[in-house]
Amino acid sequence: MNGSPLEAVIGLEVHVQLDTGRKLFCADSTAFGAPPNTSVCPVCLGLPGALPVLDPGAVDLALRAALALDCTIHRTSIFARKNYFYPDLPKGYQISQFERPLATGGVVELDSGRRVRIRRVHMEEDAGKSLHDRFASATAVDLNRTGTPLIEIVSEPDLRSPREARSCLQLLKLLMEYLEISDCNMEEGSLRVDANVSLREKGSERLEASTEVKNLNSFSAVEKALGVEIERQTRIRAGGAAVIRQTLLWDAAAGDVRVMRNKEDSQDYRYFPDPDLPPLVLPAQRVARLRAGLGELPRAKRERFRRQYDLPAYDAGVLTSSRALADYFEAVTACGRQPKTVSNWVMGPVLKIVKRGIGHLASPGLAPARLAELIALVDGGTLSAPAARTVLAGMARTGDPPAAIVQREGLTQVREDQVLEGWVADAVAAHQREVARYRGGETRLLGFLIGQVMRASGRKADPRRVNQLLRAALDADAD
Amino acid sequence: MRENSNGVAARAAEVRNGQLAPDSMVAEALEALGAWEFGASPLNAFIALDQRAGRERGPRDGALAGIPVAVKDNLATADFPTTCGSRILQGFRSPYEATAVRRLRRAGAVVLGKTNMDEFGMGSSTENSAFGPTRNPWHPERVPGGSSGGSAAAVAAGIVPVAVGSDTGGSVRQPASFCGVVGIKPTYGRVSRYGLVAFASSLDQVGALGRTVRDAAALLEVVSGRDPRDATSVNRPVPPLAAACDRGVRGLVVGVPREYFPPRLDPVVRRLAERALSALEAAGAEVRDVSLPHTRYAIPAYYIIAPAEASSNLARYDGVRFGRRCGEADSTERLYELSRSEGFGTEVKRRILLGTYALSAGYYDAYYGRAQEARAVIAHDFERVFRDGVDVLFTPTSPTPAFRLGERIHDPYQMYLSDIFTVPANLAGVPALSVPIGLAEGLPVGGQLMAAHWREDTLLTAAAAIEAELGTVGPPPVPAAGRAI
Repeated sequence: MNGSPLEAVIGLEVHVQLDTGRKLFCADSTAFGAPPNTSVCPVCLGLPGALPVLDPGAVDLALRAALALDCTIHRTSIFARKNYFYPDLPKGYQISQFERPLATGGVVELDSGRRVRIRRVHMEEDAGKSLHDRFASATAVDLNRTGTPLIEIVSEPDLRSPREARSCLQLLKLLMEYLEISDCNMEEGSLRVDANVSLREKGSERLEASTEVKNLNSFSAVEKALGVEIERQTRIRAGGAAVIRQTLLWDAAAGDVRVMRNKEDSQDYRYFPDPDLPPLVLPAQRVARLRAGLGELPRAKRERFRRQYDLPAYDAGVLTSSRALADYFEAVTACGRQPKTVSNWVMGPVLKIVKRGIGHLASPGLAPARLAELIALVDGGTLSAPAARTVLAGMARTGDPPAAIVQREGLTQVREDQVLEGWVADAVAAHQREVARYRGGETRLLGFLIGQVMRASGRKADPRRVNQLLRAALDADAD
Repeated sequence: MRENSNGVAARAAEVRNGQLAPDSMVAEALEALGAWEFGASPLNAFIALDQRAGRERGPRDGALAGIPVAVKDNLATADFPTTCGSRILQGFRSPYEATAVRRLRRAGAVVLGKTNMDEFGMGSSTENSAFGPTRNPWHPERVPGGSSGGSAAAVAAGIVPVAVGSDTGGSVRQPASFCGVVGIKPTYGRVSRYGLVAFASSLDQVGALGRTVRDAAALLEVVSGRDPRDATSVNRPVPPLAAACDRGVRGLVVGVPREYFPPRLDPVVRRLAERALSALEAAGAEVRDVSLPHTRYAIPAYYIIAPAEASSNLARYDGVRFGRRCGEADSTERLYELSRSEGFGTEVKRRILLGTYALSAGYYDAYYGRAQEARAVIAHDFERVFRDGVDVLFTPTSPTPAFRLGERIHDPYQMYLSDIFTVPANLAGVPALSVPIGLAEGLPVGGQLMAAHWREDTLLTAAAAIEAELGTVGPPPVPAAGRAI
């Protein structure tokens, strides 16, 4: 083998659960974790005579996704039946879209600048779950998931490495989360990924036989599985053999792929238009309204944040990961605070409070104006940064304005040298060993000593001044 | 009001104002049923029966107050099994009720029982039933037609004044014709299909059978109207159907499509059809020859589209969740295979195979695709004649009167041809009706009327005129050996 180097050709098929809270063709809940077979009705059970009725809310979310991916929305799309027998498929067919999908011809641009074309976005219902591990010698079927609304996003094979596939998926996830289309919880299956992969000589435009890798349940699984599969195909070709079209299953525990079936014996799904559902016709006004409602998409917003607020790329990325967070940041900044300072506060203490469940972005105590007031107290020297974090938690908990909490708790910053020098002297006296090591060259112990002073002050000391005084004390007494 | 004192509207009114005991009509019905079903050659019109139907106390209200109704066994009912005449659903009880049945009950009707039918609606003689064939009340050796043969026979025998059927390719009209009663297949989308067990979803429509045009109209009016549970039901106001029966045909343009009067048409059927046309003319209608040139594609198109949809609709009967399950299976595939082999009858299997083939990769365009094109040109034929000023079309309902039990059961093609005149209305989605036009050697013959979409009122106007001119047929004599139940 001394031909040109090989390159990977990768396409993704991503299933995204739409966050409507209800099923696509009946009103049952799609909440995760309900007891088996309780979120069901005649329609999703496929009982004789029951009929599907399309949820317009799901169509709206699917349209938002397609618009965000820059797709052409088709005025008329058609639901089709995909026929196959499986115990967790109650009707013996899945309602999907086939020849005439909701949208086609979109594109997403990766951070690397790679443009990945989106072949299509279509709507479909999920199947139930077959549980093979509940009973020793039988398969159990849970139909709660049956009829859950999904979109399938199919990319063209425009990705060239596992790393790129991962970034593409991350981008799609961010977009779906940002637009509140899906919570994209991969563990609960609300974002599922299959990947098609083949190898070809670099520069060739030929499409070689590809394999499909399924069961990619995390970002790292996508990257790892594709890496393993590319190696496997490389070995096959190196041995002079040809890759055959197969469906493979990623086994995360074994770190390997195994063959599920050969594509040649793939089933004939006998697709045909579902006669129970009239064609989905989308008036231009409806599409225009949804397009207008999309607003600024995360990528554009991130670029704007970098430019307008002069933020580092990392900050801009975090702040634009959700619309709520981005809006919050901008509202605080609009109260006149310096953007980078606001960014530090939002990404740090505020998100920590949200993550711990002490408050959320809409809590009255965390209102943008309140956070701006708090930052102003720090900027003005009234409050030390560590004390301010305590105040912020209090704001989230009680809803009180920062000034009131500062007063109540007596947290006004202490900046008088007399008082500060007392605490510094105490700290130096109490930690002679560390002082000696500091003087011996371990300057990083300064932080430890500052911490001791802050603790002694009840976090009220002005850390900048403490720093100065402590250095002075340590250097002066050195012989 | 014309000779209408025995009609369901008048009798329901008597129940509402207290002149008639709420359960008296149900009692009469059960008495008639005993006479017909427990004699020497029982009709076998019912699969399930409620002998205590309507006995609950209390006043009854609604347009069908106290009226006993028979319901085809492919409509979901909570208090009877729903079997579709199939072994695969033997004993199956639906946890919910069809919209049409709920509307009947809301209108005060009493569901007396579920009627026999060709399995899943596939047949034209009610011989393809796991519960044995139904007989024609006019002749014990003749079929009642199908697939709504049980409903037609129950009405013809005078057990119930009205019954609910379903019509996919003529399954209400052809048995109405064979049994000498009125049968209406409304416009596709007029009546909710929610709870109607699907055979061919794009063709299926719930229909009404009655002893008279007015009775059938009264039933249709109750079950019609948009249902949010059926995306194919349409929000169109239901015209006042009773009033339509009194309108008269003066000035009405009746088209006679020549494709429906082929040379081989049974001469007695032809003569009775011509007599009905003369009657319409005598009543003031204008009769005009017209052409529906693509009629010959109807049967081939139908026998692609209906089986294709059926092959998918019937996939759910797999033994996994409900209905018959073969207990011997050692794998999932074997479970499907055995449950379906044992559960379905010959004609159903034939159509599943036909439909599966027609939808298969490589054949789809040649069969299903072409059939849809044929369907479109057939629909266009109808649009054209109605646009050109024809109000209603008149044809025979079926080429012959009721044939003998067993005569066509082994010859599917001959069986399919008995629907040759009824299938086009289903393909086009237009409303159609069969009304008795006389007897041929003691067997009823029906005439078919077809109108533009949503013009059931025109059908009823023309049918009421034929009924007024020619009279109803029957009822057939009650067999002597019956006993009360």
